[in-house]
Amino acid sequence: MNEILKYTLMIVIILFTLTTIAAWLIWLERRMLALWQDRYGPNRAGPFGLFIVVADTIKLFFKEDWIPPFAEKAVFVFAPAIVAAAVLLSFVVVPFAPDILVADLDIGLLFFLAMSSLGVYSIVLGGWASNNKYSLLGALRGASQMISYEVFMGLSLMGVVMLSGSFRLTDIVMAQKDFWFVVTQPVAFVLFLTAGIAETHRLPFDIPEAESELVAGFHSEYSGMKFGMFFIGEYLGIILISAMVVTIFFGGWLGPVLPPVVWFTLKTFVFIIFFILLRASLPRPRYDQLMEYGWKIILPIALLNLLITGGFTLLKN
Amino acid sequence: MISLLRSIGLIFLHMFRKRETIQYPEEKVVLHPRWRGRIVLTRDPDGGERCVGCYLCAAACPVDCISLQATEDENGRRYPAFFRINFSRCIFCGYCEEACPTYAIQLTPDFEMGEYNRQNLVYEKEDLLIDSQGKYPGYNYYKVAGLAAGVKGKGEGANEEPPVDIRSLIP
Repeated sequence: MNEILKYTLMIVIILFTLTTIAAWLIWLERRMLALWQDRYGPNRAGPFGLFIVVADTIKLFFKEDWIPPFAEKAVFVFAPAIVAAAVLLSFVVVPFAPDILVADLDIGLLFFLAMSSLGVYSIVLGGWASNNKYSLLGALRGASQMISYEVFMGLSLMGVVMLSGSFRLTDIVMAQKDFWFVVTQPVAFVLFLTAGIAETHRLPFDIPEAESELVAGFHSEYSGMKFGMFFIGEYLGIILISAMVVTIFFGGWLGPVLPPVVWFTLKTFVFIIFFILLRASLPRPRYDQLMEYGWKIILPIALLNLLITGGFTLLKN
Repeated sequence: MISLLRSIGLIFLHMFRKRETIQYPEEKVVLHPRWRGRIVLTRDPDGGERCVGCYLCAAACPVDCISLQATEDENGRRYPAFFRINFSRCIFCGYCEEACPTYAIQLTPDFEMGEYNRQNLVYEKEDLLIDSQGKYPGYNYYKVAGLAAGVKGKGEGANEEPPVDIRSLIP
């Protein structure tokens, strides 16, 4: 009974914290983008413009939640829920600290890969159900992007699994006591980060959305809180990928002096800000370019990395 | 690949640059003297209206936002009976200022004309007329005009000879 209460409480706290941070990331992103573009960004409402998020949320809630008459209603309503749900499910296995995690699955890494890749369904279904040519193009691009990054995303992590000898995320963190895996697996880190950006559909890989080409891509027809769900899903995705990069390559909660949660949060925010920096600096590739890079260049590199890591592991034993 | 890293680095360095934004209500924009903003009607050095109601500004206006009616006082001096500018139409092109032969209509460096009610953007003569000579101090049209309109007698103006008696033989 006590155990159930503890985990229920943990789930509620983690859910609440994550959605709050995801909402305030809108503010962080706008301020950081403005900083890198020599502007101020929102700085009027409240201290440092923090209350802009409250205003945005109220606005989203009061907007007309319109379902186009030509849309496939059931799927149209269902699609935005998938992206947020899939990302939140992945957080089940993220170890924020030794005792702050929901489930310490022994296939944690695989669970993360499985759940995070479900997010693409919301893009494909949402784009298809909108019954709009721009949305459909966005959905197609989402699907093509998924088959380009998903393969090397999994492969890039296998080197880490070889070195730590476990799919359990807490074991992976504990295996980094001496060296962070970014030192022993730098190639894997770069590949996973690239795949992670593609996974969250953030710039420069926001090919399904591509507001300069496809209106708003897969969510052109969405408004009100349905659009808000896509939005929150995207920001939750940023947090998830940053948290996973930190867990797998940067020693998770490990660090001197400060408590583990603080270390984890600090490292995660460094990567969240890096995501925003990428948005500020890089142009978007064409979707066929991404596919070409994914299959012809990055996949062979991932396989080579796996081969070399395997060789070293054999030699060591 | 190198160029991508380079652009990421360059953007990151922008963090330490000065921000370009002017925080408007607290910080004001620098407006130059010839900036084309709110239109005014100026007065001559003696405090009389410069406008002679010639309609050239209304004719020059590309959006037809100026409307006026000329009239005369007992001395034969022309002035507008009403002068109306609809600022919801005005595009601040400055053609009216260029067309004006008496330097009466002028554009000023002021753009803070926001209104909650659209009707308030229609400025009447008493809203437009200011107690200043604007960009041309010392200029009084009726002092240099040949016409006597209560400002000076005939032939008493600057650069003006007294009228010649054409029936006299004396040089």
